[in-house]
Amino acid sequence: MSTSWTARLDNPLSARLRDAAITGYLGIFLGAFAAFLAIPPIAARTVTWPILVGIVAMLLGVWTIARGRRRLGWGAFAAGLLGIGLGILATYSSTDNLNQAFDATLVAQTLGLTTPLVFGAMAGIFSERSGVVNIGLEGMMLMGAFWGIYGADKGGTWVVGLLVGAAAGGLIALVYAFFAIHLRSDQIVGGTGVNLLSVGITGYFFVQLYHNAPVPNGVSLLPNLNLPSMGNFLDGAIGDLNVLTWAGFALVIVTYLVIFKTPIGLRIRSCGEHPRAADTVGINVYAIRYGCVVLSGILVAIGGVYLSEGPQGNGTFIFNMSNGQGFIALAAMIFGNWRPAGAFGAALLFGFSSALALRLQIYSPQAGTLFRTLPYILTLVAVAGVIGRTVAPAADGKPYVRQ
Amino acid sequence: MSDPGPSPSPEQSAEAGTLAARLSVKQRAGGIAVPIATVVLAFFMGGVVVAATQHSVHKGLIAYRDIFNGAGLNWIFHPTTNLLDISAYNLSQTLLQTSTLILTGLAVAFAFRCGMFNIGGQGQYLMGLIVANWIGVTLVGMNSLTHILLALCLGTLAGAVWAGIAGVLKATVGAHEVISTIMLNWIAFWFGSWLFGAGGPLQNTTQPTVPISGQVVPGVRLPDFWGMQGFQGVHVGLFISLAALVLFWALLNRTTLGYEVKAVGFNPDAAAYGGINVRKNLIRAMAISGAFAGLAGGIDMLGGTTNYQFGQLDIPFSQVGFLGIAVALLGRNTALGTLLGALLFGGLLFGTTHGLNSGAVIQPELAGNLTYIIEGLVVLFVGADVLILYVWNTPRRLLGRRTKPATSTAELPA
Repeated sequence: MSTSWTARLDNPLSARLRDAAITGYLGIFLGAFAAFLAIPPIAARTVTWPILVGIVAMLLGVWTIARGRRRLGWGAFAAGLLGIGLGILATYSSTDNLNQAFDATLVAQTLGLTTPLVFGAMAGIFSERSGVVNIGLEGMMLMGAFWGIYGADKGGTWVVGLLVGAAAGGLIALVYAFFAIHLRSDQIVGGTGVNLLSVGITGYFFVQLYHNAPVPNGVSLLPNLNLPSMGNFLDGAIGDLNVLTWAGFALVIVTYLVIFKTPIGLRIRSCGEHPRAADTVGINVYAIRYGCVVLSGILVAIGGVYLSEGPQGNGTFIFNMSNGQGFIALAAMIFGNWRPAGAFGAALLFGFSSALALRLQIYSPQAGTLFRTLPYILTLVAVAGVIGRTVAPAADGKPYVRQ
Repeated sequence: MSDPGPSPSPEQSAEAGTLAARLSVKQRAGGIAVPIATVVLAFFMGGVVVAATQHSVHKGLIAYRDIFNGAGLNWIFHPTTNLLDISAYNLSQTLLQTSTLILTGLAVAFAFRCGMFNIGGQGQYLMGLIVANWIGVTLVGMNSLTHILLALCLGTLAGAVWAGIAGVLKATVGAHEVISTIMLNWIAFWFGSWLFGAGGPLQNTTQPTVPISGQVVPGVRLPDFWGMQGFQGVHVGLFISLAALVLFWALLNRTTLGYEVKAVGFNPDAAAYGGINVRKNLIRAMAISGAFAGLAGGIDMLGGTTNYQFGQLDIPFSQVGFLGIAVALLGRNTALGTLLGALLFGGLLFGTTHGLNSGAVIQPELAGNLTYIIEGLVVLFVGADVLILYVWNTPRRLLGRRTKPATSTAELPA
């Protein structure tokens, strides 16, 4: 488990195949492949192939579990099972429907739905790594959604909207930080308060400023980035993504580098793991935590601006429009074990399941609705420890008193 | 207003210890002063928002007077049982809101007493409501009393099971109950949307395009004891809620179960050392907590608060479970406190939506959002006793430094 990638590659092929990590990843890949066999462009019209490949994936998963890598093994097992299920479903439906449900725009849609989750999850990582639980992500996202569109409407350009939205998120995060850090109020209670307050503030000012009517047409929207042509599939998939979607990808890398590769990241993590020790060596715990919580508010609010001003909202705000996205972001962060790459993977998975839920409406309008419980069920399974332990920072949620 | 009991303000020592321990310490310190100060501060800031956005302090004051009258609280000036009287009618509606809020408040309070934060009251409420609707719609021709009891019991059970999942996860693998109850909330949210939506299993059979459940049969509806034809009356659910309050108090203060639950809440390690099965109590407390919320869903469905049916579109707007958090926190997780908290928020909920409906002061649509603002501020402030205590102690601090050592636990009392 502790062998590095280079050491693995030095081993002979036979040893590499027995390595639990390799079999685990292979199992996950085969599980995805099992489903892929049944959908365009391959579109096998018989259930045999998905089932066969899926069973191989599940066996690899069992093998990996037996070798001690439980999390990865269960992942491969679940991938195999899902692959078989999706494969069977796909062979039973008509090719026309399949072509509608699975095409290049599914990738684009997945990435679009992932964007607010990525911003929210990275925001959560900053806050919780510094030792402050942020249940208020949902509310801060909502603040970004409303004030972002207000800024774009009054300022005339989406840049102003982005700035105003981020500032609103930062401001409510500052209030929360004051309660959580200085007043040492319970962070779950405080976060719940922020969520309720944000619903009230955005709802109140939406009525006050726009009289509950749609925001005037022609609000400057977040632009898409048009890439030069790269072939049919890639054009449809990533040729026309929103600017914030790309920024989200960059944010994941930046978050990883900042948290794990810089001195400031070390300080943030030490405040989250053992604030007393951090204080002893001269780190200003309060300052770090304030900074992280406010940054967290700014980031998640940018995700909120994307909701109202991105391709989904298209320049409209509706009451309580974040509708649980902040909580999905929180779930993605927990599912990803408080790590940027893991959280990004989880956000992609949740985004994909939402995109699929929208597509499933061509089969039955209601199946899609039920499908939307998937992110929450997966997170519940994750915190239950079935697929390995999730470990929060040690001092997460505990107020620190300077002595 | 008097500060009851000896109050060496021990907030400085509250760093360590469980949430329940901190809350109990603050309970002694703050007593009734903190909730009152919290409410006053939250209402004041809500008023500031109204006054600032309407550019008139006068309007802010009128808004609060209208909320007061809208909640039917002016009924006490001329009491009458005649529901044609507007204040009597408003009061009856406030009582309806209160009866549900008592139960969702108790749900949060009971888990708190065991050291857990049940943030999933909304999900448990929805599950109770769904099951009550299912029993109330599908079983026809049953004896009325049996039918009511069956629907309420199964609704309660559904809430208990839903919260019990979080309790089991907490007791067996240590999953934090806040995370699991949030997830369970959203699972219930989408599950309900699916059940009641177009083509869903519980959708009504007469209008296939309307995503709303069927109405429960007349036999299973809770009888009104104060109401009249054609109006939503106050049903016996209010008595069920009051009975639940008494049950909550008796359970915690007069039974072994309550003793064990509180012991685990104060200090799980000490409780385990004393021979109490901590895991069993975590699961049990969570299940009981969910049962209260499930019962709330049951009486809302059978009592007609939601017109005996519930729709896909009602789910996002239903906030009763979340309001329970504010009710319990404000009520200091006690039976009497929860009752008072539920009355306050019941009045606020109905008072803002109906007292300001004329549009004379502020737009009617603003009113509901004002409730959220005040609710959010209450939750925010109530968790920050340090702030309230700080403000509360300011006069004493200004009077002289001599009193200060007495308010610090760092020094032994002389």
